[in-house]
Amino acid sequence: MPAKTRRHSTSGIRPPVWFLIPAVVFYTVIVVVPNVQGYAYSFTDWNGLRPVVNWVGWQNYARIFDDSGTIKAFVNTILFTIGTVIGQNVIGLLLALGCNSLIKSKYVLRLIFFLPVVLTPIVTAFLWSYVLNPTGSLNEALGSVGLEWLQQDWLGSPELALWSVVVASVWQGVGITMVIYLAALQGVSPDLIEASALDGAGPVRRLLQIILPLINGAVVINIMLTLTGGLKQFDLVFAMTSGGPAESTQTLGFLIYKNAFVNLDYPTAVAQGVVLTLIVALVAVVQIKATSRKED
Amino acid sequence: MNRYSWRTFILEIVMILAGIVFFAPFVILLAVAFRNNDAPRHIFDITWPLDFSHIVTAWQVSGMGAAIVNSTIITVLSVVGIIAFAITAAYPLSRYRTKWSRGVFFFFLAGLFLAGQASILPLYTLIRDMHLMGTIWAVVIIHIGANMPFSIFLYSSFLRDIPREYEEAAVIDGCSPVRAFFSIIVPLSRPITGTLVILTALGCWNDFFIPLLYLSASGNKTAPLTLYNFVGQYGADWPLVFSALLLSIIPILVLYFVAQKHIIKGFASGLKG
Repeated sequence: MPAKTRRHSTSGIRPPVWFLIPAVVFYTVIVVVPNVQGYAYSFTDWNGLRPVVNWVGWQNYARIFDDSGTIKAFVNTILFTIGTVIGQNVIGLLLALGCNSLIKSKYVLRLIFFLPVVLTPIVTAFLWSYVLNPTGSLNEALGSVGLEWLQQDWLGSPELALWSVVVASVWQGVGITMVIYLAALQGVSPDLIEASALDGAGPVRRLLQIILPLINGAVVINIMLTLTGGLKQFDLVFAMTSGGPAESTQTLGFLIYKNAFVNLDYPTAVAQGVVLTLIVALVAVVQIKATSRKED
Repeated sequence: MNRYSWRTFILEIVMILAGIVFFAPFVILLAVAFRNNDAPRHIFDITWPLDFSHIVTAWQVSGMGAAIVNSTIITVLSVVGIIAFAITAAYPLSRYRTKWSRGVFFFFLAGLFLAGQASILPLYTLIRDMHLMGTIWAVVIIHIGANMPFSIFLYSSFLRDIPREYEEAAVIDGCSPVRAFFSIIVPLSRPITGTLVILTALGCWNDFFIPLLYLSASGNKTAPLTLYNFVGQYGADWPLVFSALLLSIIPILVLYFVAQKHIIKGFASGLKG
């Protein structure tokens, strides 16, 4: 590769190397060093105050993997992530297909579907807390159309609360998923779709066998964005349910915060942070591998 | 396929219904903020006539005005820092083709894979020991550092595609590399700078976690943090709470409806890269 790219033209430009200094300093101090410290401290009894720390080996990890609260948070995080990945991608793709048609309202609709994306997550959280409260808009609407039997305490029931937060999260994020699918769909030739329709392919088969393979790049990007976003979820859980009821919405991101700043249990929080960071990194690497293979 | 048929019409109806469902929370937000407590509630919580007293009270007691000023200062400082440091770093990285420049590039790229949860506490103690706790600088420098990988990645891929002939011609004419950067690279990068300003400004404005950790006990609260505290205090009074919600998002809503095309495009192109 170096032999091929050694063009004469590149040798003439010598941007100042000191241009790199501010970025390197900020990035090293804020991101690199604290991360490295985090990994190192996860093997110690560091509590943030005493300068002397004792090596405890895998003890912190053994403790968190033995802790039912951590396991529950892990399961909740996975369920939440599955819910948002499926919800956001299915709804996002359907909305994108709708907005890629000849309907006259598509520009206004795109504006509406995207609006929640720019909304502050804390605002989304309180807005949906109101909509979903026992006397809130959703139950009111169900009652007014004679569906009282569907009324629930959406955020107060341990079986439903996690999925209620998923709904708020999908509402907030689906606009970006839709826009990425829409950009990809606009690159698909309508002739190709029409030809397949003439060949007798129904709408579902057209979608699965012709359109989806053509927008594969967008599928991978969207799955990666929703996966990593779901795994890291904090704001909505924090403001909507604070992990409750009965820890049914406690995700790893929220549990780490609670252990660090409420329980002041630094070793546990740091070890959990390392685990979550590694999960997110693993997912990202697997996704990148999957993309690059398909693009070859 | 290319004509507006009855199928298209049904699709249009279905999509408009989906649009109404999506927009309903915003209608509810306005309806509750302007709720008339003496009037019956209709669909989407609408009452009539509207009552504007809650929003006046919210403005007076929530401190949202000061919080919006604070959020604006933090966002502007963060975005200026992110853009300035990312473009200057990306320029040499996109022009040198040596081992060290590739090494530095991957050093930054690695940051894209760090979710950051492992670093929360070490960073927290670092900020504490730097005596920046409660100052806006804590939030600004964290935003800048944390945004470096993504911004440098976007700038580098953009700058690599800019033809070098412009800079070469300028350098041959006796222009210094620094001046070539300011008079050629910066103006040519305007599209990607626009995308990054949109993405990072919204990210900094909407950020809750960093201000929660570093500004909670200070007088420098951001809009989301002020909102959170306000709800803790007046949680039962929904019209008052929703008035505060509305106040806190007015800057975003104005920005969105003024620049929606750029914002949607910015998200689509920025996150794809």
